[in-house]
Order: sequence, then C-alpha cells, then structure tokens
Amino acid sequence: MSVVIENVRILDPADGFDAVGDLCVQGEEILARGSTPEGFEPRRRIDGSGLWLFPGLVDLAARTREPGEEHKATIASEARAAARGGVTTLVMPPDTHPPVDSPAVIELITRRAREACGVRVYALGALTHGLEGQQLAEMAALMRAGAPGVSNGQRPLASLLILRRALEYASTFDLTTVLSAQDPALTGSGCVHEGPVSTRLGLSGIPEAAETAALGAILALVEQTGARVHVARLSTRRGAEMIAKARSDGLPISADVAAHQLFLTEVDVAEFNPDCHVIPPLRSQRDRDGLRAAVADGSIAAICSDHQPHEADSKLGPFADTLPGIAALETLLPLTLRLVEDGLLSLEQALSRITNGPAEVLGLEHGRLAPGSRADFVLFDPGALHDIRREHWLSAGHNTPFFDWTFGGEVRETWVAGRPTWSRPGEDDA
Amino acid sequence: MTELPAAHTSRLPQPGPLPNRLQLTDEGQLRHMLTIEGLNRTLLTEILDTAESFANMNEKAVKKVPLLRGKTIVNLFFEASTRTRTTFELAAKRLSADVLNINVSTSSAVKGESLLDTLRNLEAMNVDMFVVRHEESGTAHFIARHAAPGISVLNAGDGRHAHPTQALLDMFTIRRHKGDFTKLKVAIVGDILHSRVARSQIHALNILQTGEVRVVAPRSLLPADVEQLGVHVHHDLDSGLQDVDVVIMLRLQRERMEHAHLPSEHEYFQRFGLTARRLQLASPTCLVMHPGPANRGVEIESAVADGPHSVILEQVTYGISVRMAVMSMVMGAHQS
Repeated sequence: MSVVIENVRILDPADGFDAVGDLCVQGEEILARGSTPEGFEPRRRIDGSGLWLFPGLVDLAARTREPGEEHKATIASEARAAARGGVTTLVMPPDTHPPVDSPAVIELITRRAREACGVRVYALGALTHGLEGQQLAEMAALMRAGAPGVSNGQRPLASLLILRRALEYASTFDLTTVLSAQDPALTGSGCVHEGPVSTRLGLSGIPEAAETAALGAILALVEQTGARVHVARLSTRRGAEMIAKARSDGLPISADVAAHQLFLTEVDVAEFNPDCHVIPPLRSQRDRDGLRAAVADGSIAAICSDHQPHEADSKLGPFADTLPGIAALETLLPLTLRLVEDGLLSLEQALSRITNGPAEVLGLEHGRLAPGSRADFVLFDPGALHDIRREHWLSAGHNTPFFDWTFGGEVRETWVAGRPTWSRPGEDDA
Repeated sequence: MTELPAAHTSRLPQPGPLPNRLQLTDEGQLRHMLTIEGLNRTLLTEILDTAESFANMNEKAVKKVPLLRGKTIVNLFFEASTRTRTTFELAAKRLSADVLNINVSTSSAVKGESLLDTLRNLEAMNVDMFVVRHEESGTAHFIARHAAPGISVLNAGDGRHAHPTQALLDMFTIRRHKGDFTKLKVAIVGDILHSRVARSQIHALNILQTGEVRVVAPRSLLPADVEQLGVHVHHDLDSGLQDVDVVIMLRLQRERMEHAHLPSEHEYFQRFGLTARRLQLASPTCLVMHPGPANRGVEIESAVADGPHSVILEQVTYGISVRMAVMSMVMGAHQS
C-alpha cells in the first residue's frame, strides 16, 4: 500500500526534523519525509492539516502478563491499549510465567503478538535461569530468538560475583543488560518510600540507599567489565545524579524512569491508596524534581510506562497486601507531553524520551521517521482534549491513579508497518 | 518548537484526601474511628467528656445503659489481643449491644477467604459496627472504605499505623490526674518504630496542645523523620526523663533482637529501662504509663510498674469508658 499524509507537522526527534509537509509511505516503510518525490503515486491521500505526526512510541517496560497471568491481561488486550496510547513498540520484562529464559517462550510471545493488533512486542531475555539469580541463562540463544537485551527483572542476583559474570557474558554478545537498582535486603518488605509518609502511615519504608547502594555496586562492575548496562526505573534524585556522573566519566550506562515518577510523590499514597503502590516507590518531592531535571538534561534517556496491569482483586486489601504497579500504557504519551506544558522539556526533547531515546538504549531501529525507516508513527491532534476515563480504557488492568485527569492533545491514529492499527472512535476514514 | 495550546492545559494533580474525609460525616461527627490524626481538639475533648460520664456510671452498681440496644457489634480480631478485645466487648455489653467475637485463627481467613469476602459475609448478617484489629497498616481504612454505608468501623490496632482508642484512654488517664495538657511534658520511651500506640499518642498529645512531647529511643527504633510528627527526640533516657510529668513506656518485642534493631534485652534495659532511680529525674508527681503487657526487667522494673507513680491498671479500667464513648458517638453519627 502507498499512502501520503499531507500538510501534517512532522516531528522526528532523532534528527530534529520539524516541518509541515508530506509523509510518504510505501509498503511497510517511510519513503519520504517533507515533500512528495517526483512520480510517487499514492493509492491513498490523507489530509493531516492541523495534526502532528511523530514516530510511534517505544516503551522499554510494559508487562502484558502473558504467558502465565492471562487473568490480569493478555498480549492482545495490552497491544490494543498500547496502540491507543501511541505505543508501537513495547518491550516486556522477562518476568512472565514461565520467565523468558528459553527461546520457546520468546517464540510464543512473538506468535501471540502476530495474532494481536500489530504493535511490535519484544521480550527481554532472562539474565539467569528461571530468574533465580544463580545460573546464567542461555543468553546467546535468547538473542538469536529475538531478545534485544537481557535482564533479571526486579529479581535479585545471588551475589555481585554472579552479576559480574553475567555482565561479562552478556557483553560478549554485545547485549545490553537491563538492571533494576534495588538492594534486596534494604528493600526488605518495604512498600513505600522511607520518609515522613511511611512514618505517618506505619508502613515499611524503602530507604533511598536501597537504590543508591545497589547502583554503586552496578557502577563499580560496569567500570570493571566495560559492559553496557541500562538501569531501569530510577526513583531517587541521588540515583539520577550518580548516573549523570557515571555518564560524564564515559561509562557505557543509561537509565530510564517511569512516567508516574515524574508526577506523583509519596504524598499521593495519602490514605493508603493502592493505585499508588509501586516498586520502586513514589518518593519525595525532591526526588521527583531531581528525576525531572535528569530527564531534562538527558542523563535519563528514556521515559517508560512501567505498565503493570492487575485484576481488581490484586488491589483490594490493606496497602502492603496489594500488588504493586500501575496500568500505564495509555498514559505514557499524555504524561510525557505534560512535561512540555510544565515548561520542563521542549516538544522535541519530550518526544525523544519516548521514541528514539529508548530505541537507542536497546539498539532497536524503531522510533524514527527518516526515509527507509519502518512506517510506525502517530497522528496526533494537538487541539483535542483527552479525558482519561474508565469507560474508554482499553487495558485489561484498571489500576491507575490517573483516571479523571484531563490532558491536552489526543492520539488520532497509530500506524505500524504502514498500516493503521488504531483510530480514535469516529475516525472512520482510516 | 511550539508548545501545546495553552487553552488545553491538563488538570493539575489533586492532593490526596485528608484522613477526616473518611472518618467524619459532612457535619464533622465521628462516623468511624480509624486514626487520631486530623481530628480536632473539640472532638477529642467531647470524646473524653463523654467517657467521663460513662466512667462515673461504671463505678456504680448497675453498669448498663440501653444506648445501643438492638445493635450488633462484631469484634473482628486478626491478631491476638486480650485487654483490647475484652474491654471492647465489655463496653459494647454495657451499652446493651449484642456482641459477636470473631477469632480469626479459627475463621475462614485461614481457608483463603479474602478480607473483603469475610467482611461481605458479616455485612449480610446486618451488623452495625466492626471493631477491627489486623497486622497490616491501613486495614481499618480499607474496611471503612468498602463497608456498607450504615456500618461503623473502629480501629482496634492496624499494623504500626494507629490504635486510636488506646491513645484516647491514655489521654483520659492523663487528664484525670493532670487536668490541663498545655503545661505538661510527656515522654514516650521505647520502640517507636513499630508502635501504633506511640503514633496515635503523639497525634492525640499534639492535638490537645501538650506543652512538650518527647520520644526516647535508640536510632534503630525510631522511624524516619519522626520529628515531623511533632516530637523532640532524645537518645538518652536520663535527659528524656528530665522534669517530665508523664512517662509512657512501650513494650519491647523479643524479635527486635533477631532483626538487628538491638543487641540484647540486657543492654536495652541498661540504657532505656525505667527504674525507680531514673524516675527520680522526672517530676515528683510523674505518672508512669504502659499500654501493656509490660516486659518486667526489659523496659520497666517491677518496682516502678507496681509503684506509687504507676497508673497502668487505671488505664485498663478507663479503656472501657473510652470505648463506650466512641461506640455511642459513632452510632449517634449514623442515626442523625
């Protein structure tokens, strides 16, 4: 199929392209960006006047709950939610049931994704067998099956020696290792940030040092091994400063943050609100501002959803007994664009943190619009108002603290591989 | 690059609900008793005054009034308790309510029934009030949020969070002996970190405008940023006891040694145990209180626990009056 979207504002943060013009799609690829080449005869023309067009979002952390927890969500249900949220590529952590420690699991995920709406689904390979933290997983086989990186999810490794060996082995194959910085003993049974709110509510706190102590060990081993590491879901100002320092020292390290960490703080836990139960926890205002600053200066290269859909029962109980996580695929783009409104980021920077920024972390080719790229993009209506409403929600998980928030701008269409996978209801021209 | 249109500025995040939104009616009456935090001085004084009238009655030969006749109160205890459960039961009976005691070690919770299922089943029996104790902080809030509109929830202790009726009976005891709170110095000594009693006491003392509230403990038994609750922190018992009018000793659980909060009971008693000798640093009329059960020789010497300054048994007695006051007030709020 050949299509041209005309008179649309094209934004490609990968190279700073920002102009009103045409985007030409030939088959699954972008043929031209800006003006229509001589002799291109599209089968279809779409008027993009007043709309924006930018690369489809690349989300470094979205749990689909499949395989193993299909009572919470499935690849099909969450791929739809992703498309609605403008996400065209999502990366699953390896902590499915069974975990992604064999090529067969990746093949299953790939097959289910193919049967879904078209959104690209990757799974990180397990760093250790069964994510048990002891024996290395067969990373080369996982890579050959399609894993763009390896990770142990939030599960701890048995020792720093295992971490060292895992980094050395993964880097043999030029695989990026995705690590969460959480010291298991300091985290303990904690469920909120250790501070005034944990004290007031009598909940077990997770101290800042749970992140910074683990991060210190990771940085020492990155320096020792030279392996490329991506630190997932930073939650503290101090952690972000450590990453910035390490990067300026030239270490091959990058980091991301969950979008909710840039908006909510420990105070939002208020009276035991289980929708604000996340790990790592919502921290202080100071931490939130530090994370925002790190997103602005680029030391945090990616904002992810950290999507964790749950069935209602998982959130019904006393706070510490509820399961952590927010269903967030549909709020990643609106929250990120809120940072533009807040004056923190330029539009180009904001888009970069959810497109080419995360793509580059794992060496994925997505998240850009240059000719020859995959035609994965979002047609966005900047003039619309977008209410986050339960009745319009597509994820199977309804666990979000963002219901009834209103955002400026709305996804009108999401395209993957040259075809629309989602259109706003009422847009029947797609 | 241009920014998003200003006209479409997103809605700002709302601050979380204050504790009162759940436990007070729109008219400011007590609907549930979940936490002391956020209540005002007038309401606390009203509870203490109501408790005073019941205390006078409890000293008479006929100790029963028909205020809650026909009401059914469920004591739902997921954690062992003797004093608290018994005094709640007595309080309910003296108000002429029917009382159902549900002991969870023999209930369906061990069969995997969820907390909410247990609650729904009891609600289906048309009960009027739950008295809840649970090991997880926030359980009373959770139950209050999900209970049917006519049902009141009284928190009889949730995790480390709150034990409001204990704090109220402590305030009642202090008021009976001391009157005005504004001139008092009160020290709470021991395991503040794990204590729901301490948290509720600190809120209550501050709401009643106590002159000075101190906490005395090693740093490993103090929660983060504890000063923000409105207390002065002491790590030395001698300085913490200096001139205090009330000293409240907290129970030290044996398992604190296993989790590296403390080296030994012996060292704890040496540094933080209340002895007759140390008590001399306090005001000569100092009250010694303990929410019980006391570990004699660990946090308190027997000579002090049983000594002339001790009001530990009075606390138990007054627990009945205070719980009668709270029960009658929450049922009143529902009826009005």
